[in-house]
Amino acid sequence: MTSAIEETELERRTNASPLPRILKNLTGSVLSIALTMIGLLAVTFIIGRVMPIDPVLAVVGDKASKEVYDAAYKAMGLDRPLLVQFLIYLKDVATGNFGVSTLTARPVAEDIARVFPATLELATIATLLGVVIGVPAGVIAAIKKGSWIDQLIRLVGLFGYSMPVFWLGLMGLLIFYGKLDWVAGPGRVDVFYDDIVPYVTGMILIDSLLAGEFDIFFNAISHIILPAFLLGYYSLAYISRMTRSFMLEQLGQEYITTARVKGLSEFTVIWKHGLRNVMVPLITVIALSYAALLEGSVLTESIFAWPGIGQYITIALFSADMAAVLGGTVVIGVVFIALNLFSDLLYKIVDPRAR
Amino acid sequence: MTDMSQTHHQSWRQWLTTDEPTSRRHAAIVQFYLGWLSFRSNILAMAGLIILLFLVFVWLFAPILATHDPLAQDLSLRLLPPSTEHYFGTDALGRDIYSRIVYGSGITLYIVTLVAVTAPVFGLLVGTVAGYLGGWVDTVLMRITDIFLAFPKLILALAFVSALGAGLENAVLALILTAWPPYTRIARAETLTIRNSEFIDAVRMQGAGTMHIIMRHIWPLCISSIIVRVTLDMAGVLLTAAGLGFLGLGAQPPTPEWGAMISFGRKFILDHWWVATMPGLAIFTVSLGFNLLGDGLRDLLDPKGSKS
Repeated sequence: MTSAIEETELERRTNASPLPRILKNLTGSVLSIALTMIGLLAVTFIIGRVMPIDPVLAVVGDKASKEVYDAAYKAMGLDRPLLVQFLIYLKDVATGNFGVSTLTARPVAEDIARVFPATLELATIATLLGVVIGVPAGVIAAIKKGSWIDQLIRLVGLFGYSMPVFWLGLMGLLIFYGKLDWVAGPGRVDVFYDDIVPYVTGMILIDSLLAGEFDIFFNAISHIILPAFLLGYYSLAYISRMTRSFMLEQLGQEYITTARVKGLSEFTVIWKHGLRNVMVPLITVIALSYAALLEGSVLTESIFAWPGIGQYITIALFSADMAAVLGGTVVIGVVFIALNLFSDLLYKIVDPRAR
Repeated sequence: MTDMSQTHHQSWRQWLTTDEPTSRRHAAIVQFYLGWLSFRSNILAMAGLIILLFLVFVWLFAPILATHDPLAQDLSLRLLPPSTEHYFGTDALGRDIYSRIVYGSGITLYIVTLVAVTAPVFGLLVGTVAGYLGGWVDTVLMRITDIFLAFPKLILALAFVSALGAGLENAVLALILTAWPPYTRIARAETLTIRNSEFIDAVRMQGAGTMHIIMRHIWPLCISSIIVRVTLDMAGVLLTAAGLGFLGLGAQPPTPEWGAMISFGRKFILDHWWVATMPGLAIFTVSLGFNLLGDGLRDLLDPKGSKS
């Protein structure tokens, strides 16, 4: 509602069949994503090559004879040119073959599929908390710019940026589990509830509800609440800060003045007109913070004994299980890129100016 | 007309704040001083600066400040709570945690300084070359940068260190490898806006070579945005480094690295809280210092970004 002329101009542009342009954008994005993915795989491939651990020894053991070693060396394709090896690696990854974990003796892809839902569950709840608290906090900080509440929200965010996530996790356990006993300790459920709920989605909260096991559901909530709040704090710090800066930008626009002149209540002006325009860039921010939580999971899961992809990678690290480490790295990298692409596309669809 | 005697009696302050500088150096000093004045009025940024100066102070005087040998073990003194003898208590091997934190400041400074010096320079080089030359060089370099940007930092660092082997040097290398891409982006963006300016044309017509133009005429103009970004990034670098240390991939025992110390205290968190809490507070304080300073510098050097 900038001005009547601009509005019609905007409408004309949006109505002039936006689909081809989106498609063209999409092809461009897909192409660049494909290149990025190949680059990502090149990096993990190179990492796999420079490691001091001999991949052949990891398979045949160090007591193997020369013949066995050579046979395995050939069987693993290590005698072929690097480029060929890389292409084979690309094909393997594209078909979901990340090799076999030396630790679990199962295909890495299978392992990851089993642990990933736990990470997803934790990151989703954390992001929800971050959005539900962070967005209103950011809006309030923008409205009351410079006041004590703005400073307080800024400080809370700044603290979040400055604390090591694993340390905050330990402090949370110490206070809320050790001293106050408000929440349950590490793990997803208490030990005696382990492996009772049949595996459906891999997310304990959903699976326990599906199985009608409400005891387990509430037990799982008391387990997830602390790690989710701690991770949520990090996304809250980021989301509230970005919301504040987007909102400040919107509040300076003329349409806000117009809405006020029209006599709309301050509540409608800010929470309806202002927030609606903020939602567009905010989607990107939320997607990015979701992606960052997947990364944060590596440290948090290790603290809370949360059986997700982060813990899977860290355990694999210590047993020199490179197939598992690189497989996990690729999966997190791919999800990261996919979330970026998704937020980018959504941005373009929602905001006509970005097309 | 200026009164000569008055000019001679100008105080330092007037000389420092004049709007008619007499030389280029004078102008630079005036600008720096005015910047300092506005920076000084920002309480939070000053707090950040003081925290970081304090860190340097602790590192310089570690042998005097430490009350015990940071590596000396005494199992009869294990897991003692904080007291006047052991300010922050002792760990599971009877080592004084306060002295270990004091000596750990050196490792923190070592990591942060190395990353802060190398990653931005590398990023600056790649970004300005890409921006100035344009064409396929730009495309290739930026594509590579995007690939590194697409990786989550900690995961990439983790994969690097696991391949290269755990250790402080490899951790720093991994941090540098993950830290340079944003600087490339910034430097390229700045270069694109400068590239076609008339003063660059003038230098070029005087016969200056490409690298001369990039290093002598483009770099100085990119520096301030890079510095702001470096300060803001250092908190993140510190946290990632601590994370690597926590996972056992950074400095190896018995080095008093803060992240590794937290991991060491993890097993005792419920009964002996101080072992993990104290080094965490140290990390928190220093990274808060970087964040506060970075925020202040951004307000000062980058007025566009100061709104947020």
